[in-house]
Amino acid sequence: MTLLLLFFEFFKTGLFAVGGGMATLPFLYDMSARHPEWFSAAQLADMIAVSESTPGPIGVNMATYVGFETSGVPGALVATLGLVTPSVIVILIVARMLKAFRSNKTVDAVFYGLRPCSVGLIAAAGILVVKIALFRFDAYAASGIFTDIFNWKALALAAVLLVLTRVVKATKKLHPVVFILASAAAGVLFSF
Amino acid sequence: MTFLRLFAAFAKVGVLTFGGGYAMIPMLEREIVDRHGWATSEELMDYYAVGQCTPGVIAVNTATFIGYKVAGNLGGIVATLGVVFPSFVILSLIAGIIQNFADIPAVKSAFAGIRVCVCVLIFNSVVKLWKGAVKDKAALALCLLVFFLSVFFDISPIVFVLFCGTAGVLLTRWGVRGK
Repeated sequence: MTLLLLFFEFFKTGLFAVGGGMATLPFLYDMSARHPEWFSAAQLADMIAVSESTPGPIGVNMATYVGFETSGVPGALVATLGLVTPSVIVILIVARMLKAFRSNKTVDAVFYGLRPCSVGLIAAAGILVVKIALFRFDAYAASGIFTDIFNWKALALAAVLLVLTRVVKATKKLHPVVFILASAAAGVLFSF
Repeated sequence: MTFLRLFAAFAKVGVLTFGGGYAMIPMLEREIVDRHGWATSEELMDYYAVGQCTPGVIAVNTATFIGYKVAGNLGGIVATLGVVFPSFVILSLIAGIIQNFADIPAVKSAFAGIRVCVCVLIFNSVVKLWKGAVKDKAALALCLLVFFLSVFFDISPIVFVLFCGTAGVLLTRWGVRGK
């Protein structure tokens, strides 16, 4: 039953996630909220990191990982197939009328609306990761001291990473895996 | 034979692509255009553009396109299976390993550090996508609406996708687009 449900969940994700790998993220968060026994939001943040640091398209990697966490190798297989099935069907149809599709005004108008939607959804999913990674709401709830909300070490690392990935010319173009590995090292070194 | 070659070529692209999306273009150029001559660079860019505005992972969509062009429906399916095959093997292995080591304190600290990096990576991809997606006031309004509703309410992403697709058509028809 889990496998069938897993296929169905990833089928939905594949059908509605438009705009590439990260676009699957909001759907995965939605999934973790509705099926907490499958995986948690914190685990999902780790899965993103692993999916970014391993070969293959991020969306597919995340599906495989989530599927594996949920029910082992069969789960990985079913989730991956579920994710790609709708897009294979859609593309096989679109491929027959590629020119008409590209110049169709309605298709263009639909995507004019979908692109900002995708950005908004990914940003909202990002907020969930930020809450887990940079803040400590549980520590604040326990102590009642306001400054306990902030995870200072994490915030400092985030500031450094922002500068390295957006400002410094020499490091801006480096592959994400470099920053992921450096952050893992920082995490161990400064015992996050 | 064609099917085997399709599968192998796309499995290779899958292995050598880190991060997906645009990172895949140079690999596709070399494997599909230069080595096998299955498509021209222009066709590849066309597939890529359509792959971005059809549902699903762009890399998979592009693979399906090329596979279909080379060997019909079955070709599309074989190429797709090829491109996801390495992910499937590698991620299953890694997920299995991580499950066994997840409770070690050092591993926990490493992942706490990695999570911070993930925040920054998501932020950067939002900035990149924003530039291509939000070009006028109506698009800005849609983006902010989706963002705030999605942060504060428990609404399925599917609802937003359907709503915004419809909104895109209506806004274009009403002449609001581009202002």
